[in-house]
Amino acid sequence: MASLKDLRARIGSVKSTRKITSAMKMVAAAKLRRAETRAAAARPYADAMRRMLAEVARSVAGEGGQPALLTGTGQDRVHLLVPMSSDRGLAGAFNSNINRTTRNLVLKLQAEGKTVKILPVGRKTYDFLSRDFSDLIIDHRHLAAGKEIPFSAAAELGEQITSLLEKGEFDVCTLVYNQFRNVMTQTPTEMQLIPLALPDNDNADNAQVAAYEFEPDEGTLLSSLLPRNLQVQIYATMLETAAGENGARMTAMDNATRNAGKAIDRLTLKYNRTRQTNITNELIEIISGAQAV
Amino acid sequence: MSIKVKIVSPEKVLFAHDADMAVMPGAEGDIAAMPDHAPLMLTLRGGVVDIYEGDAVTNRFFVAGGFADIAPSHCTILADRATKLEDLSVDDAEARLAGLEKSYEEADKMNVPALDILMDKIQSARAEIEAAQSAIPGMSL
Repeated sequence: MASLKDLRARIGSVKSTRKITSAMKMVAAAKLRRAETRAAAARPYADAMRRMLAEVARSVAGEGGQPALLTGTGQDRVHLLVPMSSDRGLAGAFNSNINRTTRNLVLKLQAEGKTVKILPVGRKTYDFLSRDFSDLIIDHRHLAAGKEIPFSAAAELGEQITSLLEKGEFDVCTLVYNQFRNVMTQTPTEMQLIPLALPDNDNADNAQVAAYEFEPDEGTLLSSLLPRNLQVQIYATMLETAAGENGARMTAMDNATRNAGKAIDRLTLKYNRTRQTNITNELIEIISGAQAV
Repeated sequence: MSIKVKIVSPEKVLFAHDADMAVMPGAEGDIAAMPDHAPLMLTLRGGVVDIYEGDAVTNRFFVAGGFADIAPSHCTILADRATKLEDLSVDDAEARLAGLEKSYEEADKMNVPALDILMDKIQSARAEIEAAQSAIPGMSL
């Protein structure tokens, strides 16, 4: 049976853990708000980009010689996977979900006889994947050097993927990231970047507008829009990952704080009972000692 | 009669307001978006976007290339990078130009598409220096 001193020490240590987890929860909540604001601020550009791209792609549809960024290489042999996790842990199952999804995907593709290459983004997924698949990893990068993700980080990654495609290093590129549903829920999602899955012509209100003219011409416009669109999509998933990471951490730390509270209650009860037992035992000793005299 | 003008960079919306005219630097020459303009999509070179209300320029932005979507009632400018003219810095732009010229020197002269991209960036940096100088009081146009 634990002594009173041991129990006091354990209560103290759980209390300081609770302080840390509740502080982390608070920090994550503040960061989450900021990340959500940034994600919302980036949306207008992405929306406008998608609209333009759909418009241009529609007008060139059916023509030959389309850029590989749009249609892929026409093959399905080499797959490039880009899993995206956070750089830091203590965010519940946020990173392990990405790791598990990626591993299953790698094994599935390998079973189909495809060649797989991996370009992990974020320290956590790189650490995990370099254990099992270190020979498949061609490069890796961190999610964010500082606290805010600049667009240039997404631009660099986009350029790297584009140049890999031009060198014929892969046929299909898939991004694995946590889709931000709400603060509680982030769903690991596979998004195919190349060949590009364009939204169908769902913009019915656009159909009324007269046909667009393009300058310089559709082909040139398309070939400069596509790399940009890739970067914008990557940027959007990076911001979503940042928001999701903080959401997941907030939830995880909230649970941890609550668990610590319960543990403290349990330990305090045990402490008081032990103290009472000790007192009773002492009294019994004194009384039985007095009776013996 | 006015059009909704929006200037968006990948990170945020910089300007969203009604205006009478927006003059932007198209890749093949400046283009003005006015009410009832025929739908047009174009690529932009580095240069200055002027927003007009009446006959006066109310806002000036530098954009470092991008795209524009012009429609009868609205005009959306997707800038790779956009800055208010008065926030530009000549020194920053000159440093950027020096870096670009250096990488142009070192670049593979046979790789024409890559050289074209570099040339566009150099043009954009030169336009930025010009725009930044024009924004300094006493050095007006």
